[in-house]
Amino acid sequence: MSGNELIWRIAGGSGDGIDSTSQNFTKALLRAGLHVFTHRHYPSRIRGGHTYVEVRARDQPVKSRGDGYNVLLSLGDSFARNPQEEAYYGDEETKPLTENLDELREGGIIIYDSGLLDEDDLSADFEERAEANDWHVYPVDLRAIAKEHGREVMRNTAGVGITAGILGLDLSYFEDLMRESMPDEIFEPNLAVLEDAHEQVAEMDHDHDIELPENEHENEQVLLSGSNAIAYGALDEGCRFIAGYPMTPWTEVFTLMNKHLPKFGGVAEQVEDEIAAAALAIGASHAGAKAMSGSSGGGFALMSEPLGLAEMTETPLVLIEAARAGLSTGMPTKPEQGDLEHVLYTSQGDSNRVVFAPANVEEAYTQTRKAFEIAYGYHIPAIVLYDQKLSGELRNVDAEFFDEEPNPDLGATLTEDEIAEAAHHASGKFQRFKHNVEDGVSPRSIPGQKGGRFLASGNEHTPEGHISEDPKNRVAQMNRRLQKMEAIRDDLDANSSHQTYYGDEDATYGIMTYGSQQGTVEEAVDRLRANGHDVKMLGVSDLMPYPETDVRSFLESVDECLVVEMNTTEQFRGLTQKELGEFGPKLSSLLKYNGNPFEPAEVVEGFEATIDDTEFERETARFQPAAGD
Amino acid sequence: MSAFNAIGQNREVDQNEFTPEIEPQATWCPGCGDFGVLKALKGAAAELGLDPEEILLVTGIGCSGKLSSYFESYGFHSIHGRSLPLARGAKLANPKLTVIAAGGDGDGYGIGGNHFMHTARENHDMTYIVFNNEIFGLTKGQTSPTSPKGHKSKTQLEGSAKDPLRPLSMSLSAGASYVARTAAVNPNQAKEIIVEAIQHDGFSHVDFLTQCPTWNKDAKQYVPYVDIQQSEEYDFDITDRREAGEAMYETESALYEGKVLTGRYYKDENRKDYQTEKLDRGSMPEQPIAEQYFDEDHEWKRSHDLLDAHK
Repeated sequence: MSGNELIWRIAGGSGDGIDSTSQNFTKALLRAGLHVFTHRHYPSRIRGGHTYVEVRARDQPVKSRGDGYNVLLSLGDSFARNPQEEAYYGDEETKPLTENLDELREGGIIIYDSGLLDEDDLSADFEERAEANDWHVYPVDLRAIAKEHGREVMRNTAGVGITAGILGLDLSYFEDLMRESMPDEIFEPNLAVLEDAHEQVAEMDHDHDIELPENEHENEQVLLSGSNAIAYGALDEGCRFIAGYPMTPWTEVFTLMNKHLPKFGGVAEQVEDEIAAAALAIGASHAGAKAMSGSSGGGFALMSEPLGLAEMTETPLVLIEAARAGLSTGMPTKPEQGDLEHVLYTSQGDSNRVVFAPANVEEAYTQTRKAFEIAYGYHIPAIVLYDQKLSGELRNVDAEFFDEEPNPDLGATLTEDEIAEAAHHASGKFQRFKHNVEDGVSPRSIPGQKGGRFLASGNEHTPEGHISEDPKNRVAQMNRRLQKMEAIRDDLDANSSHQTYYGDEDATYGIMTYGSQQGTVEEAVDRLRANGHDVKMLGVSDLMPYPETDVRSFLESVDECLVVEMNTTEQFRGLTQKELGEFGPKLSSLLKYNGNPFEPAEVVEGFEATIDDTEFERETARFQPAAGD
Repeated sequence: MSAFNAIGQNREVDQNEFTPEIEPQATWCPGCGDFGVLKALKGAAAELGLDPEEILLVTGIGCSGKLSSYFESYGFHSIHGRSLPLARGAKLANPKLTVIAAGGDGDGYGIGGNHFMHTARENHDMTYIVFNNEIFGLTKGQTSPTSPKGHKSKTQLEGSAKDPLRPLSMSLSAGASYVARTAAVNPNQAKEIIVEAIQHDGFSHVDFLTQCPTWNKDAKQYVPYVDIQQSEEYDFDITDRREAGEAMYETESALYEGKVLTGRYYKDENRKDYQTEKLDRGSMPEQPIAEQYFDEDHEWKRSHDLLDAHK
């Protein structure tokens, strides 16, 4: 599958403008008509360290990062070049080049800043490796070009100019993008840097084989991250209140909502901690707003308490959980799917909630909307569980996809006229938590409405909300609340298409995954089928209520199934077996928890280990055979 | 027509309207100071002509948390220490509601201390009543943040080694714009103070001394009390932060020597409440969020309007 594709990696230190440069590069490729996908890798520090962004461009939709890459722009770590006295920075000066070589494909291109690195700085075997791998090395004094027309910081632009020249990418895309985003006084020197760098390419040799793919988009495309899609899904579903506390990677959704909500007639609140954040969202929701909060694993732990309160008081609540590698504060900027059980089961008692795990940018949008619809329709917390990978990956999507009507419907909520007709206790109090209602949902009133007063309590309560330990009432209320989960299951079965089937329907072997790894598995399935393997995939994006019917029929149809997930304790496989109560001997696991998402090749090898009993030899991932194997 | 017709009628209201028609049997002990808070709150709400359905009363957990069961209005009996963030969310979603939060000294000054500090700092327009009986009541008599130093309990067998918290000084320094202390034994003053607190635009903190006859037998019963406004010893300007702070500091210390002073301590009418601050900055909508969903003419923006930046 490495055929006609470009995977450009830009590497440097945090704070070197890697992110913004790569975003512009991605947009340029998109405007050039290509399908694009970015993968971000960055350390938990503000400046310096080793950061890279990979941009993959193809002539057909890209669902995943690739295996390795073929063009490296190594900028150097500016922070390492200006060390403070006596501070220790290790070998960070050479890192952007040396740290990235292992994944560079044969025949690849290396552009590095010779203004930063002399040939002497390079390790002794660099030349050997370059020769052995047929790498085409372009040392360019990017810093000098930048300084000549502007400031050293513009070396990114110089690097982009060189890359564009080597790959034959039209400069006008970059010129336009720079013009759109920069004030004149910065734009002019940047343009000079870009053009100068581009001209220098003419003097270099061009004997590499890398070609830019060609494509033209039929429909207008937009470039969005998973975080964009979650925020936009919430806005379109009429969410007008958010409360939160910053935590990577949830912060991206939070800051986007902070940016847009005031203009949309809403309120965004940064508060003292995550308990407060979720409690504010509950208060706002109770008072009649569509509200959300969210966090990452550590902050979500604090929300366990308000989460249970929302469920017991039947206050609609949408929480976003952006998982990162745990335990505890773990690896803040690295992806993992280790929070699944945390999200499914946290909070005391027989707690229930709805959990969605979007697989990609489109699902991040649709499932966030679905989360609001379910939360407000059924008065239950709904959680969107995604991870650091999906949070920051940029993909192109048809602009048409977002041409959706907003949904300001508050769900199962009465107007004052309806309240007047609704059931009231003999005392005149509105029966907010009425026992006998279809599907368990007893419509609510909103404070300030005439005739609707009731008490919402986290204690067990009667239909009008009074605290009660009466056994009969207890059982009736528990049953009604549980009944909602069954109604939601039916609703999702009937209306949701969030399970993705991929490959040959009649295949003997299966791969199952959930959330952000789906695209990678799809690509692995393509490759396996091209190699003659009889395999299909089920990507699960509705986690609770668990899509029993879909998963059962999939697993019944295959002889063996590999479950792919980013954690050590096989949480998704465990959930599947818990929900279905069988299939243990059919399920083997492929696990990865080193801080990086799966590459398609790892999944390919994991699958081969499943069916051929071959040794799985990777340091990056672990294969766990089926029980009894 | 508004979707919230209970709000803003300002009609003649009898305080019995705040008594549930079928009154749940109060589980407070005989002689409990909490009855005094309930009575004062009913009296104040009636005096202000508030409709029971325009009030959202948010309570925490503990004996104090049961207030929302015995007071007829929209209520939210939440979780220990979290009444304030919940109340803040509700007020931001619909600033037209009269939002009152209540809890105990353990609830508000202990587990909810962080929220207390930040709600005061932000100066949300709401009233916060803290039932301060210097003890954990419902969990049967443990030492609380306001229990005096040396207080013996099952969790402080040798007597507490901690200085008690100074709630008035704390809320003043955090930024509350109305701070008062009253006591269940002084029903007239209690009602007047709650009236003022609800009327005040900004965060009103009322430290309400409530005796606990069951678990805090050693504690003073807040009698005799002195109204600080009537005291010759304390002559200070309640609009002056520094003078108020000094008076608070002295009386908070004196409380533990059996000298009970209640009354108004601080009132800042110039400071804008949080909702107004946000409104001025354009980070709060003119039309309450809650109303938007019931307004058929409301224009709903959508994400499609934001896509230009993504092309």
